[in-house]
Amino acid sequence: MLKGLKMKNKELLFGIGLFIVFALIPVIGSKYTIYFSTQLLFTILFATSLNLLVGHAGLFSFGHVGFYAIGAYAFTILYKTYGVPFGVSFVAGPLLAAVAAVIFGYFCIRLTKIYFTFLTLAFAQIIWAITFKWTPVTGGDSGIVGVTPPSFLIPLNNTYFLTLGVVAVLIYVMYRIAHSPFGLMLNVIRENPNRAEFIGVNVRLYQLIIFTISGFFAGFAGVLFVLLTRSIFPDVLLVTRSIDVVAMVIVGGMYNFWGPMIGAVVLLYLNSFVKVYTEYWLLVLGIILAVVVLFFPDGISGIFPWISARFKRLMARFKPRKGELSA
Amino acid sequence: MDWGSFVTQFIAGLSQGMFLFLLATGLSLILGVMGIVNFAHGSFYMIGAYLTYYLVTLLGGSFWLAIIFASVGVAVIGGLLQRFLIHRLYGRPELQLVFTFAFVLIFSDLIKMGFGVLPKGVSFPEPLSAIFEIGPIRFPQYYVFIIILGPIIAYLLHVLEQRTRMGRILRAASLNRDMVAALGINIERMFTIVFGFGAFLAGLGGALVCPTVSIAPGMDALVVLPAFVVVIFGGLGSFAGTFLAALITGQVQVFGILFFPRLAESFIFILMAIVLIVRPWGLSNRPPKFA
Repeated sequence: MLKGLKMKNKELLFGIGLFIVFALIPVIGSKYTIYFSTQLLFTILFATSLNLLVGHAGLFSFGHVGFYAIGAYAFTILYKTYGVPFGVSFVAGPLLAAVAAVIFGYFCIRLTKIYFTFLTLAFAQIIWAITFKWTPVTGGDSGIVGVTPPSFLIPLNNTYFLTLGVVAVLIYVMYRIAHSPFGLMLNVIRENPNRAEFIGVNVRLYQLIIFTISGFFAGFAGVLFVLLTRSIFPDVLLVTRSIDVVAMVIVGGMYNFWGPMIGAVVLLYLNSFVKVYTEYWLLVLGIILAVVVLFFPDGISGIFPWISARFKRLMARFKPRKGELSA
Repeated sequence: MDWGSFVTQFIAGLSQGMFLFLLATGLSLILGVMGIVNFAHGSFYMIGAYLTYYLVTLLGGSFWLAIIFASVGVAVIGGLLQRFLIHRLYGRPELQLVFTFAFVLIFSDLIKMGFGVLPKGVSFPEPLSAIFEIGPIRFPQYYVFIIILGPIIAYLLHVLEQRTRMGRILRAASLNRDMVAALGINIERMFTIVFGFGAFLAGLGGALVCPTVSIAPGMDALVVLPAFVVVIFGGLGSFAGTFLAALITGQVQVFGILFFPRLAESFIFILMAIVLIVRPWGLSNRPPKFA
């Protein structure tokens, strides 16, 4: 039955299936499962937003956590400190992250390859330092705690469904962006920026736009983080957090739209599982990363086509050849 | 601030610059010749420091012998890593980046497993354990040794690059790797040597820094980003540029902490952002190869 469907419909079906699975979690899951799944959802959003840059546009950002931070802090400061209505702050957080992304992006995209990576890293560190040192506004080291959401979000289930709804819509939007003519042109730029330039594409502008869009979605992930944990502090914004997300993208597979999602699910589950047995999570993560990079450079999502190709070749062996039939 | 402590700080900054130079030249060599961004360079430095601690404090060996053994040991680790693993990722720079980063995580946890999280120390070696006192200026004699050693190593590297056959091959390889391979040079072996040598310099840096800092997990992250700043600041493939950039960065670090203690950790990143925005090809006047 699946064979008859086009690739696009298959992906749509996969997305809807995933949505139904997540929608059913509160019905069957414990409170911990719901909490964990909420975490999973905004991490998926965060990882997929990073992959718009890494996988689709070939821009290796190590500072994506910076926009997550700006979204989270902007929302928290507006909502808690200034008493801006919830709905307004909820959208203003990501928008401010996008504004920051335009400014940082303007400088970053002028550089390529490792220079780009290092500048994004430097910007993220500077943002971290600001959240850490600007105590009157950001609460400094201890951050801002007790961010009480409006009463309709107090039950965990409601927070979960809001997160699920927002993440589902945003993932759909990102899917459309990635498969639009704009998104395909980004792939061209990733493969060969010079050629794209020759055919008259404004490469820098395309890169700046995707950098901004990506920052906007990362900002949303940050807001959803605050919604769940009701707090924000500099420790969750350390550069290691950026690396965690890069790891999710790599492990899941960056050349597949759904790859980072798989990576986020696998690594978050593994993290919660490994932490019970050992404190050396980084060792485990490092080994997984090294093995994936060495043997499965296309990540987990790249394994399935690899297996199916092997399987087809194996099946082909047992088919009678043309010559044998006629004889 | 009186001029005495100013001079003391200046000397501390100079020796800090020398350590940065040792790390940054290795990084710059690996980046220039092989095109690899080696995040694990800080780990090599940390391993060098821990090996020295192990040999000196736990086994009671001589500091000077320990330096040699530790840096050679790190060189072997680096060479093996390149020969058996990293070379499989040739031509995929973004994967190499992630791969070396994976080893940052692996090494840091292995060190924690082996030595625990408590800071360790190595005392100043004889005969350099005394403290210099000239009026109000006070600093360990060991710093003088480092400040003299740094330029000597820089000069030796310069000679190695400009006057030897290996140096000529390296310079050629940094311009065009494929052409060098086409001329019949065993490029794989050369890459292993370069990577091992870079690791050796980092290990040497880690071994030499032992008496002046506390050896603790996380010391890798403290140096690797400043070292990258030096690499970018100095410009690729220029020992003189790297040396000058290391000296400046060392001073910026020391005086940054003194004058702006609230910004201490972020100072190096602000410097990095400024360099990347204003002059991404660094101090050298060559156009950038990677930018």
